[in-house]
Amino acid sequence: MVPVSYYLVLSGILFMCGVLGFLLKRNIITIFMSIELMLNGVNLSFVAFAAQWHALSGQVFVFFVMVVAAAEAAVGLAIIIAVYRTRETLNVDQVNLLKL
Amino acid sequence: MTPNPYLWLIPILPLAGAAINGFFGRQSSKKAISAIALAFCGGAFLLALWIAIGFSSASAPYYFDLAHWLRSGDFHVDFSFYLDQLSLVMMLVVTGVGFLIHIYSVGYMWDDDGYYRFMAYLNLFMFFMLTLVLAKNYLMMFIGWEGVGLASYLLIGFWFTKDSAASAGKKAFIVNRIGDFGFLIALFLLIQRFGTLDFPTLFAKIQPMSPETAGTGLLTAIGLLLMVGAAGKSAQLPLYVWLPDAMEGPTPVSALIHAATMVTAGVYMVSRSHMIFERAPTALTVVAIVGTLTALFAATIGIAQTDIKKVLAYSTVSQLGYMFMACGVGAFSAGIFHLMTHAFFKGLLFLAAGSVIHGVGGEQDMRKMGGLRTYMPVTFVVMGIATLAIAGIPGLAGFFSKDEILWQAYSSPNGSWVYWLIGVITAFITSFYMFRLMYMTFSGDYRGGPGAHDGAHQSADAHALADKYGQDSHASGHSGHGEPHESAWVMLGPLVVLAFLSVVGGYVGIGGRFEHFLAPVFDPGLSGGLGQKAGGETAGQLTERLLMGISILAAFSGWFLAWLLYSNKPQLPAQIAERLGGLYKAVANKYYVDELYAVLFVKPLLNGSTDILWHGVDQGVIDAAVNNSADAARDVSDNLRHMQSGNLRSYAGWVAAGGAIVIAYMVWMGVR
Repeated sequence: MVPVSYYLVLSGILFMCGVLGFLLKRNIITIFMSIELMLNGVNLSFVAFAAQWHALSGQVFVFFVMVVAAAEAAVGLAIIIAVYRTRETLNVDQVNLLKL
Repeated sequence: MTPNPYLWLIPILPLAGAAINGFFGRQSSKKAISAIALAFCGGAFLLALWIAIGFSSASAPYYFDLAHWLRSGDFHVDFSFYLDQLSLVMMLVVTGVGFLIHIYSVGYMWDDDGYYRFMAYLNLFMFFMLTLVLAKNYLMMFIGWEGVGLASYLLIGFWFTKDSAASAGKKAFIVNRIGDFGFLIALFLLIQRFGTLDFPTLFAKIQPMSPETAGTGLLTAIGLLLMVGAAGKSAQLPLYVWLPDAMEGPTPVSALIHAATMVTAGVYMVSRSHMIFERAPTALTVVAIVGTLTALFAATIGIAQTDIKKVLAYSTVSQLGYMFMACGVGAFSAGIFHLMTHAFFKGLLFLAAGSVIHGVGGEQDMRKMGGLRTYMPVTFVVMGIATLAIAGIPGLAGFFSKDEILWQAYSSPNGSWVYWLIGVITAFITSFYMFRLMYMTFSGDYRGGPGAHDGAHQSADAHALADKYGQDSHASGHSGHGEPHESAWVMLGPLVVLAFLSVVGGYVGIGGRFEHFLAPVFDPGLSGGLGQKAGGETAGQLTERLLMGISILAAFSGWFLAWLLYSNKPQLPAQIAERLGGLYKAVANKYYVDELYAVLFVKPLLNGSTDILWHGVDQGVIDAAVNNSADAARDVSDNLRHMQSGNLRSYAGWVAAGGAIVIAYMVWMGVR
C-alpha cells in the first residue's frame, strides 16, 4: 500500500502549483484554473486521509468541495464573460478599478 | 420709634429701577426712562431719610434678616441688613448724592443713544452700593463690593466703541481683581478662624482678644489682606492706577462712582472692620503709611495734569489717602467725616467739571479753556465753593474734616508728626492745584480756538457727539460748537444743592458731634466721648489751634501761589517747568508708574502668556499632541492605502504572504 505521505506530498505539489499559477498568471481563466487546482490538491489529501482511517466523512467532504467548485465555476465564468464584454480583456492587471 | 421694617427696600428699589429700564428701556421714551430711574432712586433716598428721622441711637444697631442664604453646618450666611450709625451715614450719602447725580445725568446724558442703558447701570450701581453699606455680614458686603466693581466697569466702558474707554474699563476691573483677591482671602481666614462672617457675632468674638503686638498674627494678616482689598477699590498705592484712567467714563459716573461713593467703599470697609484693625497695630500702621504716601504722591501728580478730569481724579486719590491716614491712626470717625464732606465737594467738582466740558463742547484740556467765568457764572460760583471746600479754607466743609484728620494724625496715640507734616504739605499742594484748575478754567481769556468767535450754536447732537468722544475730538468738537454756554438747570440744580452741602456739611462735625454720633460704632465701651473731648487740657487745645493755623496758612499759600503763577504771571509756569526739566517731565508723566507696571507686570505676563502658555503649552503640548497623533495616523494610513491597489494579483500575493506567515508561525511554534 502506498504510504499516506506520498499522497500528501503530491497534494502539496498540486496546491503549490495552484498558488504559483494564481500569483504569476495574468489571464483570468488561467487563474481560475489555478484555483481549481488548489481545490483538487486539498481534495486529494481529504481522500488520502479517508482511505487511511477508513472514514467516509473525508470523501463526503470532497463531494461538497466539488459541488461548490462547480457552482463557483458557473458563477465565475459568467463574471469573466461579463468582464470581457465590458473591458475587452482578460488580463487581471488591467482590471484594477476597485481600489482606494 | 421702633426700627423701620422697610430697610431692605432701600437697596431693592434701585434694583427694580435697573431691571425695568434695562429690560424695557430700549422701547421706552426718554421721559419714561428718566421718570423710572429718578422715581426708584428718589424713593430709596426718601426712604433713607425717613429711616434717618426715625433713627435713634438707643435702638442701634438694628438687624433685618430678609432670607436665609447659605446654611452649612455651623456656618450661616443670610441675606440680612444692618443699620447702625455708620451705615446710616453711608446710606444717606450714597442715596443723597446718588439721587442728585441721577438728576444731573438726565441733563448730561439726554442726547446719548445709550440713555436707557446709562440710567439702568446707574440704578444698578445704587443697588450694589447700598447692599455694600447695609450688609450685615462680609459676604453680603462682598456681593456689593463686586457689584459696584461691575457697575464701575460697565460705566467706565460706557462708550465701548471708543478703544481707550473699553481698555480703561478693563484696567479698572483687572486692578480691582487684585484687591478683591486679598479681600476674599481675608474672608476665608475669618471663616477658618472664627467660623462666621456675621458682623455682630464676629466682632463679639474678636472684642475680647488683645492686640497683637508682635506684629505677626492672624488678625494682622486679615487686616493686611483687607487693606489690599481696600487699596484696590479705593485706589491707594500701589493699586491706584485704574482711577485716573476711569475718567474715560461719562462725567456723572466719575462723580458718583469714582469720587463720591464707590471709591470710598474701602474706607467704609476698613472702618467697619475697625475691631480687627484695632487689634492689629501693624496692619493699622500700614494703612496709615499707605494713606499718607498716597495722599502726597497723587497730589504731586495732580499739579502737572492738564486734563480737567485727570486733576480731579488724582485729587480724589489724594483725598482718599487722607481718609486712610485717618483710619490708620485709629480716627475712624474722622475718616468717615472726611468721606462724607468729600462726597459733597468732590461730587460737586466733578459735576461742575462736567458742566464745563458740556459748555465748551467736549473739551477737557484746561489749556484750551479760560475765561469761562463770564460764560458760565453759576458753574463758576459752585465750582469755586467746592474748590474752597477741598482746599480747606475755613468755614467750608473740607476745612472741618481735613483739620480733624490732621489733628488726629498728630495727636492720637497711633499718630505721629510725620503724618501731620505730610498731610499739611499735601493740603498745600491740594490747594495749589485746585486753584490752578480754577484759574486755568475760569479766568483770563477763552483759549478755545476759532469756535469761540463764530457764535453759531449747532444742534444739541453736536454736544453729545463731542462730549462722547471726549478729548479725542479737540478739533472737531470745537469748530462746530460755538461759544461756551451755561448748562441747563436740570444740571445746575444738583450743583447748587451740592454747593450748599459743601458749605454747611462741615458744621455737623463742630465740637466733635459727628464723632460722638459715630462713637457707639467705633468705641462701644465709651459713652461720654464728647465730655472727654471737651475736658481736654489747655496745652492740647493750644497745640490744636496752632496746627489749625498752620494748615489754614498752607491752604491760603497754595491759593496765593496758584494765583501768582496762573493769574498774575501766566508765563511763569512754563519757565519753571523748563527749569525743572526732568522732574517736571516725571510728574507730568505720572512718575511713569503706568510704564513701570507695564514693564514689571504687564509685559512679563503678556510675554509669558504668549511665549510659554500660548505658543509653548497650548500650541506646543496640547495642540501638538492632538495634531501629531492625527498626523501620524494619517501617515500610516497613507502608506497602508497603497496595499489597496485594485490589482488582483497583489491581493493574492498578500493572501499568500499571510498564509505563509501563519504556516511559518505554526511550524516555528511547533503547533501540530
